[in-house]
Amino acid sequence: MIPAAFQLSARQIAAVKTLLFLACLIPLARLGYGAWNDALGANPLEAVIRNLGDWALNFLLVTLTVTPLRKASGLAWLARLRRMLGLFCFFYACLHVSSYLWLDQFFDWTAIAKDILKRPFITAGFIAFCLLVPLAATSNNAMIRRLGGRRWQSLHRSVYAIAILGVLHYAWMVKLDVTLPLYYAAVAAGLLGLRVWWRVQEKRRQLAGAYLAKPKGRVSPIATRR
Amino acid sequence: MSTRPIAPSEITPRALFDERREFLRVAAGLSLGAVLPPAAAVEKLAPARKSPYSVGESPTPFKDISGYGNYYEFSSDKTGHIGPAQAMKTRPWAVVVEGLVAKPKTFAIEDILRLAPLEERIYRHRCVEGWSMVVPWVGYPLAALLRQVEPLGSAKYVEFVSHADPAVMPNIGRRLLDWPYLEGLRLDEAMHPLTLLVVGLYGEVLPNQNGAPLRLAIPWKYGFKGGKAIVRIRFVERQSETAWMKAAPNEYGFYANVNPTVDHPRWSQARERRIGEFRKRETLMFNGYADQVAHLYAGMDLRKFF
Repeated sequence: MIPAAFQLSARQIAAVKTLLFLACLIPLARLGYGAWNDALGANPLEAVIRNLGDWALNFLLVTLTVTPLRKASGLAWLARLRRMLGLFCFFYACLHVSSYLWLDQFFDWTAIAKDILKRPFITAGFIAFCLLVPLAATSNNAMIRRLGGRRWQSLHRSVYAIAILGVLHYAWMVKLDVTLPLYYAAVAAGLLGLRVWWRVQEKRRQLAGAYLAKPKGRVSPIATRR
Repeated sequence: MSTRPIAPSEITPRALFDERREFLRVAAGLSLGAVLPPAAAVEKLAPARKSPYSVGESPTPFKDISGYGNYYEFSSDKTGHIGPAQAMKTRPWAVVVEGLVAKPKTFAIEDILRLAPLEERIYRHRCVEGWSMVVPWVGYPLAALLRQVEPLGSAKYVEFVSHADPAVMPNIGRRLLDWPYLEGLRLDEAMHPLTLLVVGLYGEVLPNQNGAPLRLAIPWKYGFKGGKAIVRIRFVERQSETAWMKAAPNEYGFYANVNPTVDHPRWSQARERRIGEFRKRETLMFNGYADQVAHLYAGMDLRKFF
């Protein structure tokens, strides 16, 4: 089914990862270029904070697109890009949060605490960021081994909650015109909906497996749980 | 007066200048006998005198005042309105002043421009979103126009209706706000000498994106109280439900006075980002105009009447 040209060797995968790494830095480079050339408009600090937030959310949704793409295309190596994309989501989220703490609040911790407690959109964003931290911290192979695949995986399912909180954070911030947040919500809903659908399919297969003859090698948890 | 240095890039090349003159001449010739004067025929403003109501702070650069703002009829993006706004025609323009008045009247923009001497008023401008500017508006007190129609004793409030033209305003077809944009003031607020009928910016005709051909500036209130491209002024007995009050009644009140102690439900109003500055400033009560306007609200609970 898949043309041989799309099945990559280990070296080719390494090259793709290098290119992807550089590509993921483009939004930051553009922001830096804009800041250097005073091209971020009349309110550059707000532009920086918002742009970094946009990219944290973009990377989150792109990360969630990897598995559907892999399943649809059958290209197993796509899974090898997922960790990097997820870490870039965390990277931009860290910059977004730092820029808020510095450029918006100037480290006024009382005002920051009030913001987190009183403003629903900041509460949502804060929880989303807190949930991202353990995912980033357990993203290396050593941590996967230490936790064990099953526990690691259930921990990392919190990414779905993060996606919902991230979209809410955006939608609740907007004053009136929620068109863009609604696009994000639609994409997130689609990606999460897929997971639900897979889950249902898997349950059905398991039931079928339990009551009828076992289908050949299709219910292996390793193969379906990814 | 402003002493903004003129960049070489801002100077029109001679050839282009002549070409434009020629275009204007031809256009003027063609329009002889036509019903509408050409859109390009917006005259220059009369010289504006200085005002004691100006603040001593240095004005925000023209490129920022004309390049950043909210104009929801055109776009919900703070720069997205600038392009589409250029297509709006501000001539001919008339403003209907009606309602509870002895002499309702429709004013042509040309008459409004001559009604009272123009002043340059450098005002602080604070947006409800937490940013601010210092704007050298040109105009005169709204009271000068309002007095012309002799308000009746029963008139307690004044409504301001903005232009709503779906042909040039992309968002009029969408139900973002209840169009046309409606704002309102209590009569004493509307008659206050600080309340400015604005026709210019930086000594020139008001740019379309800033609310041409005429808008309001009420410097002690959040920016959204100053309706843009006003076409109708109505004296009424009761407080109106303004466009933003309809859209989000818990977030926007009728008064919308700048007040650092009353937060917007979704963000603090204690500080503001002055465009062009790095650190935030403390927001001042009534945007720094408390001496002139605080008495208007004596005895009122400003948490309730936000």
